[in-house]
Amino acid sequence: MTLTKSATAAPLTNSLTAGKLPRRTSLVVLLSSWLVTGAFFFVLMLSGATEGFNGVATLFFGTIVYCVAIYLLSYFVEGVRKAKDRLVTALVTVAFVVALLPLFSLVITTLVNGLPAFLTPSFFTQSQRNVVGEGGGALHAVIGTLMITGIATLISVPIGLLSAIYLTEYGRGRLARAITFFVDVMTGIPSIVAGLFAFALFSLLFNDPGIRFGFGGAVALTVLMIPVVVRSSEEMLKLVPNELREAAYALGVPKWLTILKVVLPTSLAGIVTGIMISISRVIGETAPLLIISGFTASMNYDLFNERMMTLPVFVYTQYANQGADTQAYLDRAWAGALTLILIVMLLNLGARIIARIFSPKLGR
Amino acid sequence: MSKRIEVNDLNVYYSKFLAVEEVSLVIEPRTVTALIGPSGCGKSTFLRTLNRMHEVIPGAYVTGDVLIDGNNLYGPGVDPVLVRRQVGMVFQRPNPFPTMSIGDNVLAGVKLNNRRMAKADADDLIEKSLQGANLWKEVKDRLDKPGSSLSGGQQQRLCIARAIAVQPDVILMDEPCSALDPISTLAIEDLIEEMKSDYTIVIVTHNMQQASRVSDRTGFFNIAGTGKPGKLIEYDDTTTIFSNPSIQATEDYVSGRFG
Repeated sequence: MTLTKSATAAPLTNSLTAGKLPRRTSLVVLLSSWLVTGAFFFVLMLSGATEGFNGVATLFFGTIVYCVAIYLLSYFVEGVRKAKDRLVTALVTVAFVVALLPLFSLVITTLVNGLPAFLTPSFFTQSQRNVVGEGGGALHAVIGTLMITGIATLISVPIGLLSAIYLTEYGRGRLARAITFFVDVMTGIPSIVAGLFAFALFSLLFNDPGIRFGFGGAVALTVLMIPVVVRSSEEMLKLVPNELREAAYALGVPKWLTILKVVLPTSLAGIVTGIMISISRVIGETAPLLIISGFTASMNYDLFNERMMTLPVFVYTQYANQGADTQAYLDRAWAGALTLILIVMLLNLGARIIARIFSPKLGR
Repeated sequence: MSKRIEVNDLNVYYSKFLAVEEVSLVIEPRTVTALIGPSGCGKSTFLRTLNRMHEVIPGAYVTGDVLIDGNNLYGPGVDPVLVRRQVGMVFQRPNPFPTMSIGDNVLAGVKLNNRRMAKADADDLIEKSLQGANLWKEVKDRLDKPGSSLSGGQQQRLCIARAIAVQPDVILMDEPCSALDPISTLAIEDLIEEMKSDYTIVIVTHNMQQASRVSDRTGFFNIAGTGKPGKLIEYDDTTTIFSNPSIQATEDYVSGRFG
């Protein structure tokens, strides 16, 4: 009662209110911008200036019109601060969509082109031996990729992780600075150089100028992988609070056990993620494997003997040496690319699960 | 179980910087000693020299002697790891290990050292330590939950339980209550009072009421100015320091007239 009375008695406006656009304004403005530019290009099409309706231009110019319109509208209704906020929101969203477009395009193109050959039963049960034209499969390439990348991971994870532990826990002064510097330099090595290094190393060691074998490919990938593992693990180890190390020291725990049982478990989730990123970085390498592992149409389970096929090289050879039935080769190339993407995706999913299991628990 | 600490002419350095100068004092067993003084005067630095945690910081070293029951901590061939098993420490911010459950946190000193322990013994040790830290009733039904699920005060008591689980002779506390609310602070002060019968306790605190409540002896540290080394100005019974200090600076500080 008293409330209504005072409200009627003093019809003061709340000095804290400001103009506000209705809730769905942005959506309505966006759709109408597209409608307006769409109408414009529709007219252009009718007048014969363009062949057919230009949908991409409609979306592009429609979005620009939206940015301008929402800014002006908001400026006159809500004031300059809100207007800027809405403009930047629009720009950031556009940037996000633009960043995602190539990814979507890539995945969809690979799916569309790769699925036909991917779904043929022979793709994962046969090699390309004695196949001309249709049929055959990429089993030899899948096996080769898994083996070579697996060995590369087995070599580079211990070396990389131990270097990272040295750099964060023990390294001081010149040696540590030199290691950090050369790791940074190694990150920038072109992959072909890694391949040439492995090739030169093994052809000199075995005195064989035409040497090709799977393990050499693994060594080339190791050169590319170690710096990524070192950098990512180092960053993760640095994130472990010093308080935890001191807490362990204060309990009379020696340094090496502190690192093994406190520092590593605490940062394990991040380290696993970093390792997975480094695997994704090298699993798609073509050039070094082309040089040192070569290519073949046959199965080869022996890392130390004979050429070994890998998925990226498989994609390359199918595309580069198209036989009489061109389409069959192209289909297999796309299917190989699709397989590679799926392997990386599965590895990332696995890493997520591992990270989820091992990450520090915060639940109540 | 508790031991006597004797410090002779201790100088503490960070690289070339002399942080604490010429400290000599004697801490009797089964007492609580409080170290008070303004920020940056070297109380925590001095405390950390008592279990060789100081040298964890690169470039840090000390000169002088710290004797625990006559054994020099800084004598040749002394293993800092063995020192730290006898002199436990509780830090300013509660720092339970995030990857471990509450029970494992208590057992951390055992487990991290790769020592095997029968399940029954482990359970006994968990219960005894948590009861010693006045936390048992609150957590006994959720020992397998992560340590970070506790409140700040409970986490700090968990850290104390973790420290006493390795059965040290001396417990150092570096501002253990500064991140806690008054009720948790009271719980920890009561705990210090109880633990006094078993351990030698040295506590650094900014809270002078706390020093006067819990401690038997009090040391007052001060610095002449920035960049100068910290010094132990006065060390005496707590009642004397707070009621009738012999040095003017101490009286100014404890009566709040400082600076």
